[in-house]
Amino acid sequence: MLDDFMVRAALAGVGVAIAAAPLGCFVVWRRMAYLGEATAHASVLGIALALAFSLPILPAIIVAALTMGLTVTLLRGKGFAMDTLLGVIAHTALAAGLVSVALLSDVRLDLDAFLFGDILAVAKTDLVTIWVGGALILAVMVQRWSALLVSTLNPDLAYASGIDPKREELWLTLAMALAVAVAIKVVGILLIAALLVIPAAAARSLVRTPEAMAVCAAILGSLAALGGLAGAYMADTPAGPSIVCAAALVFLVTGVSGPYLYRN
Amino acid sequence: MKRTLITLKDLSIRADGRTILEHVNATVSEGEIVTIVGPNGSGKSTLLRAMIGAALPAHGTVKQAKNLRIGYVPQKLALDAALPMTVQRFLSLPRRVSARDAITALDHAGVPDLRNRQMTKLSGGQFQRVLLARALLEKPQLLLLDEATQGLDQPGAAAFYQRIEQVRHDLGCAIVMVSHDLHVVMAASDRVLCLNGHICCEGSPRSVADAPEYRALFGSGTKGTMALYQHQHSHSHDHDHGSTLSQEKAD
Repeated sequence: MLDDFMVRAALAGVGVAIAAAPLGCFVVWRRMAYLGEATAHASVLGIALALAFSLPILPAIIVAALTMGLTVTLLRGKGFAMDTLLGVIAHTALAAGLVSVALLSDVRLDLDAFLFGDILAVAKTDLVTIWVGGALILAVMVQRWSALLVSTLNPDLAYASGIDPKREELWLTLAMALAVAVAIKVVGILLIAALLVIPAAAARSLVRTPEAMAVCAAILGSLAALGGLAGAYMADTPAGPSIVCAAALVFLVTGVSGPYLYRN
Repeated sequence: MKRTLITLKDLSIRADGRTILEHVNATVSEGEIVTIVGPNGSGKSTLLRAMIGAALPAHGTVKQAKNLRIGYVPQKLALDAALPMTVQRFLSLPRRVSARDAITALDHAGVPDLRNRQMTKLSGGQFQRVLLARALLEKPQLLLLDEATQGLDQPGAAAFYQRIEQVRHDLGCAIVMVSHDLHVVMAASDRVLCLNGHICCEGSPRSVADAPEYRALFGSGTKGTMALYQHQHSHSHDHDHGSTLSQEKAD
């Protein structure tokens, strides 16, 4: 069954959608969409680094993403105008990464596969990466769920309950770096943030509790992954962007119909 | 001898290169009600935040008693509309509470029937009471209230403080509160800390109200507040609580 590329693609898409769902909820609640962007973009630098020093690509991506996440998290507390700063950092990381890869011109590398994803070329080893990485992300989120929720609601409430919101934020940063590494193959660097934000945003109008939102985001994200793949197959469009388009469609439908279905 | 719950020793706190608190020494003991008064920007909220460990000292120490259970009601809590949250779920953060405990807590806080409502749909007064209910569910030994009656009207605030008094009676917990409602607060406290970047004066409500440092900060009008309060105690006429002018007249 795993020999069929469409089956592997579907398993990869659903795996990423499930892993991204709870994390994506926090991205929406904490308004960190740009942090997701910056973390994802930093992975191009990781790829360049791996090429330059002949390191394995996956760990290099995780390290670069984690470094970016930690840098941004540290700067967040220092009273900078984060919106502008993140705009600068995120795009600089992407541009510098692309330039570095180009400078290493003796290396042949299909950069498009990293930028836009290559879900139809997912191999069995990639599936292992995605599902193990996804399980790790879920484990972190389940383990830290309550503490993260309180920290997100109000840092002072967290302190009063003996929770250190700064430490919880680091867990989130770690999960984010893992998510980038896991999702690259599926939607590509440029659209990872979309896969985090859109299913969570689509789930919002259908639910009444944080947990329900995470579960609902996982379901809607999986539907978008499968729908996007089917669409890409039929219309011969690029698979990663098709998945994000499908997610956007789901967002439109729930956004319009949600308030009528459920009056919270 | 009552157990000391929190000890602040020579505490100084800076933020953004500005000194907010300087050389603050204070203790809170079991079961007492301490009120912090002071003008805007005098560091009242920062002092509470230092007690829970949210504001880090630049100098000095904050010591909590071992395994101290703290209930904290923040000045305001802006709930993002993107975060769905029922009252029941909110009460279960960070530790899950049973539906029965939640119902009892809401009953006590004077807001039954809110359990399945969305937090963002509550009125200011309901929200404040739910915050209190959550703080009480932690069975606190120390309850910290930061301008807990902000946004409540006078009857609402009065009811809130009555509830606090009841809580202390039931739970026997110590209470530290920051408030603007000088006359209500002064009457209900065992001890008053008058703060203005440092502790200007402290003691029983009456002695603080008579202290020159306090009067320098709040003017003689607050002396009137005391008088008004004492007057209010024996009568229950209508008063214009909000106006300093009428308080001065009462002086």
